[in-house]
Amino acid sequence: MLSNQEVAEELLGKFGEQVYDFEEPYGLLTLSTTREDIIPVLEFLKDHKSYQINFLTDLTGVQYPENKGQEFMVVYHLHSFIHNFRIRIKVYIPEADIHIPTATGLYASANWMERETFDFYGILFDGHPNLIRILNIEEMDYFPMRKEYPLEDATREDKIDALFGR
Amino acid sequence: MADIELLPHNVPSQAELPELVEELTTLNLGPTHPATHGIFQNILKMDGEKIVSGEQTIGYIHRAFEKIAERRPFYQITTLTDRMNYCSSPINNFGWHMTVEKLLQIEVPKRAQYIRVIMMELARISDHLICNSILGVDTGAFSGFLYVMQKREDIYEIYEEVCGARLTTNMGRIGGMERDLSSTAIRKIRDFIKTFPPVLQEFEKLMSRNRIFMDRTINVGGISLERALSYGFTGPNLRAAGLDYDVRVMNPYSSYEDFDFSIPIGQSGDTFDRYNVRIEEMWQSLKIVEQALNNLPEGPYYADAPEYYLPPKKEVYGSMEALIYHFKIVMGEIDAPHGEVYHAVEGGNGELGFYLISDGGRAPYRLHFRRPSFIYYQAFPEMCKGSTLSDAILTMSSLNVIAGELDA
Repeated sequence: MLSNQEVAEELLGKFGEQVYDFEEPYGLLTLSTTREDIIPVLEFLKDHKSYQINFLTDLTGVQYPENKGQEFMVVYHLHSFIHNFRIRIKVYIPEADIHIPTATGLYASANWMERETFDFYGILFDGHPNLIRILNIEEMDYFPMRKEYPLEDATREDKIDALFGR
Repeated sequence: MADIELLPHNVPSQAELPELVEELTTLNLGPTHPATHGIFQNILKMDGEKIVSGEQTIGYIHRAFEKIAERRPFYQITTLTDRMNYCSSPINNFGWHMTVEKLLQIEVPKRAQYIRVIMMELARISDHLICNSILGVDTGAFSGFLYVMQKREDIYEIYEEVCGARLTTNMGRIGGMERDLSSTAIRKIRDFIKTFPPVLQEFEKLMSRNRIFMDRTINVGGISLERALSYGFTGPNLRAAGLDYDVRVMNPYSSYEDFDFSIPIGQSGDTFDRYNVRIEEMWQSLKIVEQALNNLPEGPYYADAPEYYLPPKKEVYGSMEALIYHFKIVMGEIDAPHGEVYHAVEGGNGELGFYLISDGGRAPYRLHFRRPSFIYYQAFPEMCKGSTLSDAILTMSSLNVIAGELDA
């Protein structure tokens, strides 16, 4: 059984200050890294002899508009079937330079997940073989999951947030 | 005879020959095609009857669930999950409830957990039943499909008895079940346990060793384990390729550790293996239902979480607290705690994950559904490359891609 402590220490030993913000929400090891290091980190975990964290469970994006300079976040959930160990890796990227390297070279499944994230948030995955919209129509000229597009019509006055929530 | 000068035939020289061009046909399979069971388009490049390459278009029934979820109170999101894999909606419902319970750290009573297991396994049976029988239809065997439809109907009647709905069930509540299993429901489940084995046996007899079916499915649409893992396969499709990964066993939820069942696996990951894995999983699911029903614990069927679990109607009319909570829950005025949760359940098609970020508001800040069919469907062009069109239809059918889950 692999412990969170063990993997965290191994990562710290290998990447030093490039991995930070270690947390354990609900027991799941969570850490952040930079976009320069995300592919090396994924590769390291995938090729690690004993860990074999080699299954990309999920890849998605999140937006924090108030978080200046770190408006977008790409989240990777990885899984090692050998040890039944899950890990979550986050990468924050600024809106002004919304690029991150693709993981399609490591995982074939990343292809559509990255396309979906691009479709929803406009995050550009550098090196992706076919970065086009996947669920929405190609003519769409905005990224619908961004917080600046509220679901409800903003001009309505009868539904105030205090009473009806956001 | 005089010498006849044989005139040379007018044979064109090599240079004059019209060049043989290899011409590929473009075939548009879908978006609406009766053989694809759902709305997805495949633009296939065909060389005669062989598929050279395929390009997929999805998103025809995209309904922006993740966006909608960012505005809804937690309990209202259940109805969105119904509409993902609509062949086994109770699994999606409970998966979502368990995610929220994990966030709120609510301990659900054993009885509710067992009832959930019963309903989830029935859902799995109905999911696999449809997939396998439709696979039969695609090979030209219609009778098996019609025959097992009757049993799916029985399962839907059980749903109806438990929650009132049949397809989009919205079953259960955050914190437990909305009502206890009625005696009618228990009788119906017992009837099902008794009457289902002969039907499944007969279905197996009809299909499993059927020469035509075997010829059509063995070594068709296979995928190696390595590629399957790279493509993010989970569920029966991954197990058919030879890895015994099952969320129910690896990360047990809802008391799955209490039950005795095995995980069937295949070897070659072809259509026949996927079929066999699903058949065996139905037997295992039936076994779990039986165990859960026989050992159904006594006790409450919902957790003591008044802020999240709707109080019984009788109390709402009779007590002040219940009325207040009822109002607060229905109006969505309960703030959830901060937190970040990933919870996965074994859905009909694989690992169905919910990634929930709560910022302390009444609705999720971000909710992402890890939909298994969305992730593994991208392997389809690779799997059907070089096979005939009719085999590709079978491959797609046996992958059990559900349009609702694919597009969310």
